[in-house]
Order: sequence, then structure tokens, then C-alpha cells
Amino acid sequence: MSAAIGIRSGPVAPVRRRGALGLLRSTGVAGMASAAVIAVAAVLAIFGPLLAPYNPELPNLSMAWVGPVGGHLLGFDFEGRDVLSRLLAGAQSSMIGPLAVVAGSMLLGTVIAVIAAWRQGPLDTVISAGLDIVFAFPGILLAVLAAAVFGAGLTAASVALSIAYMPYVARVLRGAAMKERGQPYVAALEVQGASGPSICLRHIVPNMLPLIVAQATIMFGWAMVDLAAISFLGLGVQPPAANWGVMISENQPGILQGYPLPALAAGLAIVAVVIAFNVLGERLFEQAQAARR
Amino acid sequence: MPDHDSGANGHVPVLAVTGLRKEFGALVAVDDVSFEIAPSRSLAIVGESGSGKTTIARMITGLERPTKGTITACGRDRSRPARSARDRRRRGGEVQIVFQDPYTSLDPRQTAEQAIDEVLRLHRGWPADRRRARIEQLTDLVGLDARQARALPRALSGGQRQRVAIARALAAEPQILILDESVAALDVSIQAQVLNLLADIRDETSVSYVLISHDLAVVRQLTDAALVMHRGKLVERGPTEQILDDPQHPYTQRLRASVPRPGWKPTRRVPMPRAEMPAAADTVPSPADQEGDLT
Amino acid sequence: MSADVRTTGSEPPPPLLAVDGLTVLLPVEGQQRAVLREVSLQIRQGEAVGLVGESGSGKSMTARAIDRLLPRGAEVQGLIRFEGADVSALSGAALRSYRNRVAMIFQDPRAHVNPVRRIGDFMTEALRTNLGVTAADARQRAADMLSQVGIENGAQRLRQYPHELSGGMLQRVMIAAALLTEPALLLADEPTTALDVTTQAEVMAILDELRRSYGLGMLFITHDLELAAAICDRTIVMYAGQVVEVRQSELLHSDPLHPYTAALAAARPDISQRASRLRAIPGRPLSAFEAPLGECAFAPRCPHARDVCLTAVPELAELDGGQSRCARVAELRGELETADA
Repeated sequence: MSAAIGIRSGPVAPVRRRGALGLLRSTGVAGMASAAVIAVAAVLAIFGPLLAPYNPELPNLSMAWVGPVGGHLLGFDFEGRDVLSRLLAGAQSSMIGPLAVVAGSMLLGTVIAVIAAWRQGPLDTVISAGLDIVFAFPGILLAVLAAAVFGAGLTAASVALSIAYMPYVARVLRGAAMKERGQPYVAALEVQGASGPSICLRHIVPNMLPLIVAQATIMFGWAMVDLAAISFLGLGVQPPAANWGVMISENQPGILQGYPLPALAAGLAIVAVVIAFNVLGERLFEQAQAARR
Repeated sequence: MPDHDSGANGHVPVLAVTGLRKEFGALVAVDDVSFEIAPSRSLAIVGESGSGKTTIARMITGLERPTKGTITACGRDRSRPARSARDRRRRGGEVQIVFQDPYTSLDPRQTAEQAIDEVLRLHRGWPADRRRARIEQLTDLVGLDARQARALPRALSGGQRQRVAIARALAAEPQILILDESVAALDVSIQAQVLNLLADIRDETSVSYVLISHDLAVVRQLTDAALVMHRGKLVERGPTEQILDDPQHPYTQRLRASVPRPGWKPTRRVPMPRAEMPAAADTVPSPADQEGDLT
Repeated sequence: MSADVRTTGSEPPPPLLAVDGLTVLLPVEGQQRAVLREVSLQIRQGEAVGLVGESGSGKSMTARAIDRLLPRGAEVQGLIRFEGADVSALSGAALRSYRNRVAMIFQDPRAHVNPVRRIGDFMTEALRTNLGVTAADARQRAADMLSQVGIENGAQRLRQYPHELSGGMLQRVMIAAALLTEPALLLADEPTTALDVTTQAEVMAILDELRRSYGLGMLFITHDLELAAAICDRTIVMYAGQVVEVRQSELLHSDPLHPYTAALAAARPDISQRASRLRAIPGRPLSAFEAPLGECAFAPRCPHARDVCLTAVPELAELDGGQSRCARVAELRGELETADA
């Protein structure tokens, strides 16, 4: 014990340790509003079909294109189904698809990025070249291909998009991973004798978390739009299942005929969720970056 | 070349380096360096940017692989990368390092306690309470109080962060601690605290320091022997007092003459103080084109 | 505008730069926090003044305030006068002209130079745009200035890019660029801190020589007390955003007027001998907003602190040709230990 040293090293700057709630609050009004929108969408994704007041799939052609009346706040679609009910029920497939795409591409992309950044050298070169090749394929093209091979449906489309997005994720994250890899604290851990995988898992990835979260939220938005487009083309969720993208597609004729509400409602739902994700993601990223230094 | 620093009693040196060489493509960063350090003795590797001193440190810690030559620490060869996890860990327990920049040498997400705990879990299979006791011992040793030990790096000053880095390095109980410009980024008053701390630690643990530094006053304060590096070559070696009080090589003389002190007046094109240059002076470059960055 | 001052012979000419009661607040985590407190200093024509301090002392901030480079949201109180004119009142052409008369040299030259432009473009820019010099003439002047800072083949160097030059050479280029606009005052903010010690000696020699030959004033900011004392006529020591000592450089080590100066000099290891224990100052250097109010900012760390030091912020008192912000300065004369003691 060195009592002889006894030199005070000086005061510690006070630092607010805030949890998730504090982080959320720090994102400001825009951030919190976005979080609220996402929360609502998430609730609908789980409970939507139960919350729908009317049957979302039963057609009733006599009510086709009728505007809002009585308990039908958003009117009826081209087959006389309650738009609000279809919106609520459709939240599920509209949200789960993007979620799967994000989960898949982020997981794969992160692993590849970290491996490339850690090992560097020839492995990195090979991986980067591979990523460039996959990158050359636009997401929708791959989805169309998947639909042709495996048949139309949400699963095939989601998997295809995951693969298409993965190189982008890997590129972005590789930069951040390389930056962390080059930091002296990583070198200190290597000198300690810690293994590569444990350093990557316990130190490098956690320090990339702000970027990962920001990337994920932005990609959710893209995935949502892409999947809606795929469903719009008829290659994703198949009618009569409720899905926001499908709703835009099927109610599209109504826009020109003077009945824009069904298509518009579905479009706005997509836009609202995508914007919410983008805004929240950006704000979270900013806050996390500021807090780090 | 005679080794002035191999210790008096013929003990097995704690660190022995022979014929060390490192090439980066066409660039020879380190050219034929050999030295030994006796147990509990401290060595300084002095030089400016491009001298190769940091590369030597990186090779000793295993962060860089020598192109040629051998490195033996604590009696075991470490010239080639470790082959097993156990080997890696064992080497970690022999040689440790404290880096220059306090702002990037700690994981921003870990408190001092967590960082030290991680090292203890890596090297020892101790139960939690024993680790906690050791953490307290170490933070006490480096002069951190409980609040500082529980703080994240961003709440700590540069000097405090360096103390954490030192505690983390010591947690592995190394016999050799490499200090890679570890006080260069600190304020003068803090530098003095940390230098005193390092001296006290050495008294308590008998660790050997390898001090990589460009600051000759710090070298004087902390080391017994010194090597002077210039452009990858070892140009002078000897006891620290001798190197600083009576430098023989023109480069060492020039280095010594460049240190500001009361009464010092910088003059352009500092001339080589001694006219007779030894034959090994092929490494002495002309003044104009050897300026370098310190960063 | 250069002041055409005619001295009557009985009064000294007004100082080149006069800073009076400068207080600067910066937004830190949403609050306005003081980083400089009542800083006053003067630089006479042709005089080199060193500004020494550790982290949080405010030395860099002082230079930025003088050059009007403070970050957004900064609140400035007090007065800065250059050649008699209030600096904060300048704008437009007058401000540009001011920047020609006061040249700043930064610590990291690479951060202050556009990497995709040639050295020549960078050096001649101010001449061409602000002073209406022709491009050819400007290039000639730049090449001449490069040779003055010891860079041969000026014409060739002007066509090079920053990454082709080493740190030391680039800093010399920065000095040359600063001198091209014929300034009256140089603000050098740690110009050699990022350089090797042998390069530092060379660059300092050039700076000193040219400054003298052009008769320029200089504010030389550094953390190195020995360096400042070596090339500056007077040295100002700052702590926690305040000036705590002003002293003739040659007396700074032998007869300091403030315990902090003495402690700072004593804390440094001695290249000529090893100390059994360095005289470290307990605690750590504080910024202006961290220092306790209503008392001497250095008191918590000062070995000579007494009750009188805790009752009020000491005034900056004149003493023996220098100044000291120490409540006990008279008593402590001759007792302050330095490295030589």
C-alpha cells in the first residue's frame, strides 16, 4: 500500500449518467415525437388485427369508394373494405418485413465489417471486393429475382433485400470499425493478451453502437419503402392480405377517379413511420456522439 | 557493442533484444538494434520522429512483427506471434504498455474499475471479492480515489486517465512496463505527479521500465541507461548520466543542445558541437532536410 | 490602419496591443462559463512577450480573443485595443486590414492549410486579395520570404502541396506566410509544440531572428516556461483564466513573484540531475469556471496559502517592474523556491 504517494490527483468532472429514458429526452421534441410515432406503429404491428373495428379482408362491393361516414373514419377502399381497419391490420406485415430486413442486413453487415477491420490485409481486400460485387445489384432487382425463383411473398422479398442492403451496411460500419481498431485502447487489450473475437465483441462493436443504431433506423425506412414498392409490384405480400404497400397499389386507380383517400392514407402511414425512424435515428446518433467525448 | 546496462551481477536479463530489424516495404524503420535490460533496471530509448523508437516498443509488445532478430522477455522468446490464447495471455503478463494519448488509450465505455477488472479476469481466475480488493489496491497505488475509479474516462482529466492506464497495465503484474511517451501529453505539474508515481511504483514492484521519450529531462529523472536512436539506427548507448552530460555522437550532442533552458538562445543551423565525428557518422544527416513532426 | 504616432519625448508611445479587463464566457453544456477573467496585458512595439500556462489557463483563448477567432456564442467583456483602435468594433475592410497587421501562427500547420491547394496559392492569397498585389509580384515576394525562413528553391516550393513538406518545413512556410502581409504583431500559439526538439530549436531561431529584424511585436504562447523565458523579453504566467504574474524573463526563474510560477519551474525534471522526488503540485490545473470564486484560484494547491488568500480574489499588483496576483507577494519575496534553489 502506498500511503506515501498520497497526492490528490484532482477533482472529477461531474457527469450525468443517463439511462435510455434520459437519452430519449435529450433528443428533443422532434426525437420524442418520432419515438411516439414508432411506438404507436409497433403497438399496431402487434395488436393491429385485434384493434381493427371491421373485417379488413371481407369485400363489400356495394360500399366501394364511399368516403368517411359513420364509424368508418377513413371510408372504404376499392373493394368496399373499411380503410381504417385495413390500415391497422396491415401494420403487421408492413412493419415486420422491414424489421427482418434490418435485422438480417445489420447482423451480417456488422460481422463482415468487423472481421474485415480486425484482420485487415488480404482478407479485407477480398471482402471489400465481394461487397462491391453484391453492391452492384439493386435491391429491387434482387427481390424480383427472388420472387421469380421462390415465388412471390414477404419472406423471399425480405431475404433478398437483406442481401442487397448488407454491403452498404458493411461499408459504412467497416470505416467505424477500422477507426476503433486503430485506437490505442484496442492495442492495450491486445498486449494484455485478449483474443481478437473478444475484443471485437466486447469493445469494438459496443463503441460502434451509435452508428449501428443510426444506420438501423435509417435502413428501416428504406426497407419499408422498398418492400412497399415490391408489394406494389405484386411481388411481395399478396392480396387480399392487408399491407400498406399493397393498399397503395390496389387503390391507385381511385386517385385519378377522385377517391384518393385509401391510397393516400396508406402512403401517409408509410411516410410517417419512415420519417419518424429517420429523425429519431439521427437524433440518437448525435446525442450518442456528443456524449462520448 | 558493449552493453552498459546488463546489470552488475550477471543476472538473466529481463529483456534481451538482438539484431532487431523492421522493414516496412522499402523503408527500414529499425536497423540492427541490440540491447539488454537487467531486472529492476530501467532503459530509455531516446529519439525524435522517424527514429524507430516506437516501432521497437511495438515489436517488444507483439503489436508489430520483427523482420529479423530476436526478442526474449522473462527468459522466453517472443520474436514470433503467440500461437495460442494461453501464450498470448502469458506474454501479457510479462510485458505491458502505457500509451501516450490519455484520451484514446481507455475504452470510453468502461470505468477504471471495469477496465482493471477485465484485465484481472483475463489473467487470474479469482472470485469477485478478491478482484475487488485488488482493484482497490491498484487504484490506491496510482492515487485514484473511489469516485475517480468509478468514473467514465470522459469525466477524468488527462493525468487521471493516465493513472487509470497505469493501473490497468499493472493489473497484469508485468515485469516490463513500456512507457511510450506516457507523460508527454500531460501538463507540467501533472507530469511531475505521474513521474513521482512511476518512481514509487518501481520501488514497490521492482518492475523494469522501458521509457520511449524525446524529453531528455524526463529520461534523466526516470532511467538508468539510455539508447539514442536516429533514423532507425542505434547511434549511442550508455548510462543516462553519461549520455546527457557527455554525449559523444554528434546527433546526441545536437539533441542535448536543442533543449530550452534559462540562458539558452536558439541559433540557426545548430552546428555539430564537436568537430571530430566518429566513423560511424554515416547516419548524421544535414540539418536542413531532417525536420520531422512529433505527432 | 497604422497609427502614425509622434512622441513628444516625454511620454512613451501607446502600446501596440493593450488588453484591458478581458473576460470571456463560453457556452459549456448549456451554461455560460468563464474561461478568461479580467485579463490585462500590454505589448509594446517590437517587444516579445511570452504567455505561459497549463490546461485551462486561458492562454490560447486570449490569443483567439485578440484575433477575433472565438467560437460562436462567446461573450466578451473588456477592451482590446490595437494601435489605439478598439478591435471588437472593426468590421469589413477594417477587420481584414487588422488581420493583415496581426498575424497568427498556429500549433498544427496542417490543420490550417488547404491540402488541395499549392503552397504558393496559400501564401499569396492575402497579398492578392487584400492588398491588391499582382500575382507575379506576390509570388516573388513569397519566394523571397521562403529563403528568409531557410527554404531554398522558393519558386519550386511554391508549386508544391502541403503534404509534400515535413511538419517543420510547413511551419516555416506558415511563418513566412505570416510575415508576408507585413504585420506589426505576431500571435504564435504553441508554434513548435508539435515539432521535434531539434526542429523546434531551428524554427524558434528563425522566428526570433526575423521578428527582431522586422521589429515586430510577438505574443508567444506556450506551456514551456523555459522556452518562453529564452526568447521573450517579458513573460506572463496565466492560471485558471487569470494573469498571475508578469515578469522580466531573466528574473522569472531567479526571482519569481508568484508561487505558481515558482512551483511550475520547480516541478519540471532537471536534465542535468535526477531529483530523488520531483516537487509536484498537488491537484490539477483548473479552468476559470472550475476555480473557487471569491478567493485566490491557486490557493487550494499553493504551499504558501494562508487565510488572507481565501478571503478575496487578489488584485494584480505592480512590484519591482513586474506584476503579481498574490495576496502575500511582499512577504514571500525571496522565499519562493525555484529549480535552482
